Amino acid sequence: MLTTTSAELTMPKIKKRSELAAVIRRLSKNPSAVIGFVVAVFLALIAIFAPLIAPYPYDKQDLMHTRQPPSAQHLFGTDELGRDVFSRVIWGSRFSLTVGLFAVLLGSGIGVFFGSLAGYFGGLVDDIVMRFIDILQSIPDILLAITISVVLGPGFFNTLLALSVGGIPMACRLMRAGILGIRKQEYLEAAVAINASTPRIILRHVLPNSFAPVLVSATMMIGHIILGAAMLSFIGLGVQPPIPEWGSMIAGGRSLIRSCPWMVTFPGIFIMLAVLALNMFGDGLRDALDPKLKK
Amino acid sequence: MSRYILRRLVQLIPVVLGVTILIFTIMYLIPGDPVKMMLGADATIADIEAKRQELGLNDPYLVRLGKFLRDIFLHFDFGKSWVYNVPVTEELLRRLPRTLIIAAACILLQILVGIPLGIIAAINHNRWGDRIAMFIALFGISMPNFWIALMLVLYFSVRLGWLPPYGIGGIKYYILPVIANAFPGIATQARQTRSSMLEVIRSDFITTARAKGMSEFQVIFKHALPNALLPVITVIGNGMGRLLAGTVVIESIFSIPGVGMYLVGGINTRDYNVVQSSVIFLAIAFTLIMLLVDLTYAMIDPRIKAQFAGKKRRRKRHAHHHKCRTHHA
Repeated sequence: MLTTTSAELTMPKIKKRSELAAVIRRLSKNPSAVIGFVVAVFLALIAIFAPLIAPYPYDKQDLMHTRQPPSAQHLFGTDELGRDVFSRVIWGSRFSLTVGLFAVLLGSGIGVFFGSLAGYFGGLVDDIVMRFIDILQSIPDILLAITISVVLGPGFFNTLLALSVGGIPMACRLMRAGILGIRKQEYLEAAVAINASTPRIILRHVLPNSFAPVLVSATMMIGHIILGAAMLSFIGLGVQPPIPEWGSMIAGGRSLIRSCPWMVTFPGIFIMLAVLALNMFGDGLRDALDPKLKK
Repeated sequence: MSRYILRRLVQLIPVVLGVTILIFTIMYLIPGDPVKMMLGADATIADIEAKRQELGLNDPYLVRLGKFLRDIFLHFDFGKSWVYNVPVTEELLRRLPRTLIIAAACILLQILVGIPLGIIAAINHNRWGDRIAMFIALFGISMPNFWIALMLVLYFSVRLGWLPPYGIGGIKYYILPVIANAFPGIATQARQTRSSMLEVIRSDFITTARAKGMSEFQVIFKHALPNALLPVITVIGNGMGRLLAGTVVIESIFSIPGVGMYLVGGINTRDYNVVQSSVIFLAIAFTLIMLLVDLTYAMIDPRIKAQFAGKKRRRKRHAHHHKCRTHHA
């Protein structure tokens, strides 16, 4: 008798764990999601251990060996100041990946907050939030990021802020839709009935049950933000030299594309790898969280 | 239908006003003195003060905002470039056709290449045709358009010498910019077409069509495709934002004097009125295009059409019942 009761008590916990396990199992069966995940982790490790991997400091100039094509000493060649392109690309991964990750966290966080408010309270709050989101969404996100970074000026945090704004509308809409979808469920009624506080209801009951679409879109958004960051520094906003950033490296090599194409090719390949990996993983995550869509 | 169009037009007004106010407010917050930066270090205080007065920068926020909105929406006047002292509106209108040509050509390419690619992938679901098409599409959404542009220049202009690397002239000057800018759109279109085709192919009416012995070709093109096209139209609309923003960097790579290159020029010369006006101009253009897409959607989708017919019928209490009926038949 006693064992049955304890089994019943632990039921929800086991179920929750097995759901997560099921998602992971589905993910691991999807080869492209696994490849994406492995490449993303690999790039993250490169970013973390950049000082150990890069053979030269990113700003070390060697005016005797400028514009060298790729060779054993300089895997990706050197730029117009004799800096090692390979080392710069390795260091550049730090900037792109952190901006991508944190801009998405910030933008999604703000979006989720306002989306929850709009979805949970409805009525006037919903109207005000959603009209503002409408306006925000009417400005193409790259143009918004350009405007904000013109105002804030260059730099890591300013770029991060500028790019995060573009992620707000999508997260907000998905969160709101998710909450509207579960609003009439019995377990919410039960939570209200046992007098749980509003923050508790939102944090413990509403968010975990409506978060999946936001998670998928956030994963895809990281890649999108990395592209945006590269574009901002390509047109001269974003981080400034000598800090290596993939987009600004491409911009720097642009005028030398005839004589030293490697200055443009390699940073671009790394942008592509990073975004490709995140997109592959994001696609897989979407299918794993919603197996209905696959089949 | 005209009621729907009217309602959408009215809904547009607060959005366009909101966009303008938002951009104006963001630009208002520029720290430091833009005039000081504009005139350089050797400007006297009197010069700076005179310029500030001339540009109306000494007025309070609400006064400046009010004047700005009045000039734009009543006189269609974006003011003057701070650096070159020429009217911004004329410049924007003169440059707009080039930007629109690029955007329109990109959309055309997106439809002509992206949709067939998606159909091929869906028909060959989980076979090699699908895998290859989707792999190409995945690459397409993962490359920055400016990098694609430079790679295209590297091969087709520098190595092969087939196409001009920059400038404007005949059609061949537009080929590389359009391909570079359309690439992400083609890829997104292919992915969306595939998934909405797959969804439709699983529906019961497709099974019915097959069961009654229709050829697979007819099933796909007569039954599946028309039903799968609706979400595909939405992708075209959403892609417009990325396309317009994409022209910003594409135009400056290929030295095409469109709105985007104007914007980048404004950033480099700290001509903040040019930046502000170009962004607002592009955002309004985007909103208008989205409206057109929504209207097209409503016109094609019988469900939205029926919704309006239904409302009308209810409101007029069967007075026009017969007319509506015949209209629908």
